[in-house]
Amino acid sequence: MTPNPLKTQADRRKERIDDLAATAGGSPSGTVTGAGEIEESPGVSLIASAWRRLRRNPVFLVGAGITLAFVVLAIIAPWIAPHDPTQGLLLDKVRQQSNPIPGSEPGFPLGADNRGRDLLSRLLVGAQQTLIVGVGATVIGLVGGLTLGTLAGAFGGWVDSFIMRIVDVMLSIPSLLLAMSLAAVAARPSQMTVILAIAIVEIPIFARLLRGSMLAVRSSDHVLAARALGVKQSAVVFRHIIPNSLAPVIVQATIVLATAIIDAAALSFLGLGNPDDRKPEWGQMLGASQEFLGDHPHLAFYPAACIIIVALGFTLMGESLREALDPKSRR
Amino acid sequence: MKYTRKATPVVLAAAVALTLTACAQSERASGQGGASSGGDTKDTFTFGAAGAPEVFDPFYATDGETFRVTRQIMEGLVGIKAGTAEVEPELAEKWEPSADGKEWTFTLRKGVKFTDGTPFNADAVCYNFERMFDQNEAAAAGPAEYWSTTMGAFKSKAKDSLYQGCEAKDESTVVLKVARATSKFPTMLSLDSFSMQSPKAMKEGDANNVKTQGEGFAYPKYSFNPVATGPYKLEKYDEANKTVTLVRNDDYWGEKAKTKKIVFKIIPDESTRRQELKAGSIDAYDLPNPVDWNGLKSDGNKVMVRPAFNILYMGLNPQKNPKLKDLKVRQALLYALNRDQLVKTQLPDGATVATQFMPETVSGYNKELKAYPYDPEKAKSLLKEAGAEGMSLTFAYPSEVSRPYMPNPQKIHDALRSDLEKVGIKVNVVTKPWNGGYLDGVDNGQFDAWLLGWTGDYDSADNFVGTFFGNYDVNDFHTKATSYGKQLADDLAKADSIVDKGQRDAAYEKLNQQIMEEYLPGLPISHSPPALVVSPKVQGVVPSPLTAEEFSGVTVGK
Amino acid sequence: MLRFIVRRLLQMVGVVIVLSLLVFIWLRSLPGGTVSAMLGDRATPESTARLTKQLGLDQPLWVQYGRFVKRVLSGDFGLSTGVLPGRDALDLFLSRMPATIELSILALIIAVAAGIPLGYLAARRRASTLDNLSIVGSLVGVAVPVFFLAFVLKYIFAIQLGVLPVSGRQSTGLDATRVTGFFVLDGILTREWDASWDAFKHLILPALALSSIPFAVIFRITRASVLEVMDEDYVRTAESKGLATSTIRSRHILRNALLPVITTIGLQTGGLLVGAVLTERVFSLGGVGDALATAFTLRDYAVLQVLILAAAVTFVLVNLVVDILYAVIDPRVRTR
Repeated sequence: MTPNPLKTQADRRKERIDDLAATAGGSPSGTVTGAGEIEESPGVSLIASAWRRLRRNPVFLVGAGITLAFVVLAIIAPWIAPHDPTQGLLLDKVRQQSNPIPGSEPGFPLGADNRGRDLLSRLLVGAQQTLIVGVGATVIGLVGGLTLGTLAGAFGGWVDSFIMRIVDVMLSIPSLLLAMSLAAVAARPSQMTVILAIAIVEIPIFARLLRGSMLAVRSSDHVLAARALGVKQSAVVFRHIIPNSLAPVIVQATIVLATAIIDAAALSFLGLGNPDDRKPEWGQMLGASQEFLGDHPHLAFYPAACIIIVALGFTLMGESLREALDPKSRR
Repeated sequence: MKYTRKATPVVLAAAVALTLTACAQSERASGQGGASSGGDTKDTFTFGAAGAPEVFDPFYATDGETFRVTRQIMEGLVGIKAGTAEVEPELAEKWEPSADGKEWTFTLRKGVKFTDGTPFNADAVCYNFERMFDQNEAAAAGPAEYWSTTMGAFKSKAKDSLYQGCEAKDESTVVLKVARATSKFPTMLSLDSFSMQSPKAMKEGDANNVKTQGEGFAYPKYSFNPVATGPYKLEKYDEANKTVTLVRNDDYWGEKAKTKKIVFKIIPDESTRRQELKAGSIDAYDLPNPVDWNGLKSDGNKVMVRPAFNILYMGLNPQKNPKLKDLKVRQALLYALNRDQLVKTQLPDGATVATQFMPETVSGYNKELKAYPYDPEKAKSLLKEAGAEGMSLTFAYPSEVSRPYMPNPQKIHDALRSDLEKVGIKVNVVTKPWNGGYLDGVDNGQFDAWLLGWTGDYDSADNFVGTFFGNYDVNDFHTKATSYGKQLADDLAKADSIVDKGQRDAAYEKLNQQIMEEYLPGLPISHSPPALVVSPKVQGVVPSPLTAEEFSGVTVGK
Repeated sequence: MLRFIVRRLLQMVGVVIVLSLLVFIWLRSLPGGTVSAMLGDRATPESTARLTKQLGLDQPLWVQYGRFVKRVLSGDFGLSTGVLPGRDALDLFLSRMPATIELSILALIIAVAAGIPLGYLAARRRASTLDNLSIVGSLVGVAVPVFFLAFVLKYIFAIQLGVLPVSGRQSTGLDATRVTGFFVLDGILTREWDASWDAFKHLILPALALSSIPFAVIFRITRASVLEVMDEDYVRTAESKGLATSTIRSRHILRNALLPVITTIGLQTGGLLVGAVLTERVFSLGGVGDALATAFTLRDYAVLQVLILAAAVTFVLVNLVVDILYAVIDPRVRTR
C-alpha cells in the first residue's frame, strides 16, 4: 500500500472489524489488568473466562434467554400452534368491508388475518421461518466469508490482495441498499432470494473478520507454543487456530442474526420480500399489514413486537459477548 | 494546512447566506391564502393523487393520473354525461353520420375560446386531428398509444388508419372521414387523449416533437404547458413539493367552475392518503382500499362506489400447455373455481361474478348468460373425460401491483389456486413483479394461466372482447393455436362494423354467448367496483363509471 | 493534503466507472422494465414488441452499453421512464436531493445533540440508572425496524394527536417561493417564515425516526470513547496538576473522545441513505430515497443508474470530508 498521510474512512471501518478480529488471538491473560471481581488464572482459556463473566451478566442472561426461547419456539411451533397457519379457517367470516380482519373468538385468541388464517398460529409458526431467514442469511454469509477469508489467508500474496480489495469495495456500499438491489434483481422473488440478498451483504464482513482473526491467532503465543512442542500442523490448525478464530465470528454472527431479521422486514416493507406467504415469516407479516394499519394496527404490532424482542435478544447477547471477549472493555 | 479556528466557517456561512438572500425574492402573490375568499366555501379543492402526471398533453399519456388532471383543463368534441358511460355533446353540439357510417359531420359549439385567447373553430379541430395523425416514429411507437389502439395507424401508413381525413366545411362545421363503419366512432372521441388543444400553443411549443433519447422519450415544451378550453387551466406543477395546481378559467364558455383552485397532491402510498384525508389536508382521493371503506364511512366521509366497468379474468395459453386446447379442460377449470366465495370474501361489496368478458354496463352484454356454477364434481368428470386428470398448470400472478379489478392479486390467486388443487390439478405457482417481468411474461406466452384484467375506456363491446381476441395473429390468449381463433376474430370485426346499434348489440350478445359456451379462450372471474372517497365537506362530486370525474361543480365547505 | 484529496477523487472516478458498468449490465438483465412500465395493462404482444424496438432494447447488451457511455460522455444520463417520464434523470436526482439532505441533516443533528451529551453523561456516571437505561434504550433503538418506528411516530403524533403533518414536504396552500429546493432554507431566504416553519414541521417526524440508529451508535461510541479517554495518562496528569474540572472535561476528555465519534458519524451516512429510503416512503417525502424505491418498482433504468452512482459518489465524498475533518480536529494526524 502506498504510504498514506491520513487514515481513510474505509481504513478505519476495516480497523474496527480487525479490532474485533484481534480479540481472537486473546491477549495473554496476565496482561489484563484491573479485571475486577474476575480472577484470571493462567490456565483458563479465553472462552472459559469469558463464560465465567457472562454467567453473571444480567444483560447476557436476558439476551440468551430470549434467544433460547425463540429457538425452542421455532422448533416446536408446528406442534403447539392451535391451527394450521395456511388454512383460511375463518375465511367465511371475512368481508372486504364489514369485517376484513376477523376478531378474536373462542379458539382464535388473536383473531385471524385478512384471509381468515389464525393469527396466533401464524405468529408461532412464523418464528420458524424467521429463524430460517436469520440463520440462513448468517450461515450463507459465514460460509461465503469463511471461503473467501480462508482463500485469502491460505494463498496470501496477490490472491489475498485481490480478494481483500473486492471485500473492501463491497464494504463501502450501504448494506441494505445492496440487499435491496439484489432482491430487486431476483427474477422470481422468494424466501431464498431474500436470504441470499441479506447473506451476500454479510460475506465481506465475515471474510475480513475471519482473515484478521486467523492471522492474529496464527501468531499468538499458544499456537507458537504448540508448534514449538512439535504438534502436527493439521492439529494446530483444527485444534488451535480455527476454534480460537471463531470467537469473534460467533459474536458477529449473533449480531448479524438480528440485522438479518430486521433487514428481511425492511425488504418486505419495500415490496421486495417473499411474495408467497403460505409459510409465514414475521417480517413478511409486518410488511403485509401495511394496508390495514388504519383500522387494524394489531396486525402490525404483533409481528413487529416479535421482531423487536428477538432482535433485542440477539443484540443483547452479541453485545455482551463482544464485551466479554474484548480485552479493552474488560477493565 | 493553515486555518483560523472557528471563525472561518462562520464567516463563510454568513457570506453565503447574504449572497443568497440578495438574489432570493419572495414570488408570492400578495393576498394569497385560503381565508381571503368570502362565503362559506373554501377556494381550494385538494385531491390526493396516487402518482404524478406523466405529461400534461393527454395525447401522449396512457395513465389515469395524467388524465385526471388534463380532464379538468381540456374537452373533446364528444363528452361523457356525468355519472354515466353515455356520450353527450361537449365541444360539438351535435353530429350526424352518413348512411355508410364513413363520414361524420360535427356541428361545433360557437363562441368557445382556448385559454390563450385563440378561437375554437373548425380549423382548430382539423389542426388537432391532423396533428394527432401526423406523428413521428418515436411518438407512434409508444407515447401515442391511444391513437394506435383506436385508429390503428399514423400518417406514414395512412392506408391502415381508421382516420381518413378532416374537412372544415365552415367556421363551425367539420367532417371527419373514417375508413370503415365502426362501433367505436364517435364514442372514442370522448377519450381524454383526443381532447382539443390550442393550435397556436401547439405550434409554438412544438407539440409533436417527441424524441427517443436513450431508453426514454423526451417530450416537447408544449407537453408541460397545455392550452385548451376547459373550466380550469394549469397554474403550476411544483415538482419539489409534488403538487399540481389548477386555477379557474374565468373565460370558460359554460358554467364557471365553483371552486377557484384544484390542487392535486401526489401521495403514492395508499394508507398515507387515508391519513391525510383524516387530517383534513386533502379533501378526496381515488380508489380507497376496500378494507378501509367502512372506517372511512364511520369517519363521516362519503365513499362513492362506481359501477364496475372492468373485468378480471384468468388467461389461458393453449400453445404453452396443449391440454388447454381441449374445451372440456377449459370448462372444467371454470367449474372448479368457487368464484362466489372469492367475490364475497376477497373483493369489495358490489363486486360480481363475471358471466362473460365484459361488464353489464357495456352495450352488447348478454343478460341471458348464466355464470358457470361452482361444481367441483363436474370439473373432475370433465377432466376425466378429457384424459387430463392430475394435469399440471403453471399459474402466474403479479406482485407489486394493485389494480381496480384486482385489489390484491396474491389473495385472489391463492383462492383460485386452492380451488384448482381441490379438483386434482397440480398448480405451479409463479409470481413476478408487475413491471419486472409479469407483463412481459404474459405477452411472451410464458405462463399456462395468469391473472389479468381490463378497465373499459368507453362504452364499447369492441373495447373489451375486441381488445382481447380481435387480433388473430398475436394476442395473449394465443387463439391462433385454436381451431376457432380465426372465426372469432372475423366475427368480432364484422360485429364492430355494423352501423345500426340494435343489430350490432345483438351481434355482440350472440358472440358473447359463443365465447362462453363454445370457445372459452379464458376464464372470466369478476367485476369489482372502484370507489372514490370525499370528505363530508365536499359537495358536487359525481362518480363516473369510467372513473372520469370532472370537478368543476365541486365545492368544499369550511 | 491537496495531493491526498486529488488522489482520493481519482480513486472515486475509477470506482464510478467500474460501478457504472456493473450497474448497467445488472439492470439490463432484469426482466420487464421500461416497456411494461409505459404500457401497463394496455400492453399487447404487438405494442410491446414495437416499443422495445423503438427504444433499442432489442439490441445486444454491449451495443446498448456503448450507446450509454457515449451519451453519458456528452452529459446525458438518460431520461426517466417511470418516476417522472421524460425528465432528465440527473435533473430529477438533483431536484430530489435537497429533501433527502434536509432530512439527513436534521436526523444527524438530533442524533448528535442527543447522543453525545447522553453518552458523555452515561460514561461519567457509569453503571448508574441513567447509564443502564440509556444503554438498553440504544439497543432497543437498533432493534426496532426504522419503518416501523416511523409508522408509530406518525400514528401517535400525526394521526392521534394531530400536532404534526402526516406526509409530504410542505402544506399545499402556502404558495411558497422556490429558490434552492431546500424548503426550510428557501423560507428563510425569501423571508416567508411561515413556509420555512411549515417545511420544518414536515421534517420533524421523519427525522426523528431516521435518527434512531445513528443516535444509538453515536451514543455508544461516545460512551465507550469517553470511558477510554478518562483512563488515559494525560487526563490523570491533568487531574493531578490540579486543573479545573471543567477545563479537563472540555479540553482533554471531550475533545479527544470526539475523534472516534466523528468517524462514526461519517460511517452513518450510508446508513442514513438506506434509512431515508424507508422513512421517505412512509412519509411520502419526495426525496431521493422515495425516488429510488419508486424507480425500483417501475424499473426506471436511467433513474436507478443515476441514483446508485450518485449514492456511491456521495458516500465517497462524505468519507473524504470526514477524513479532512479528522485532520482538522486531530493535530497528530495533521502534523504527520
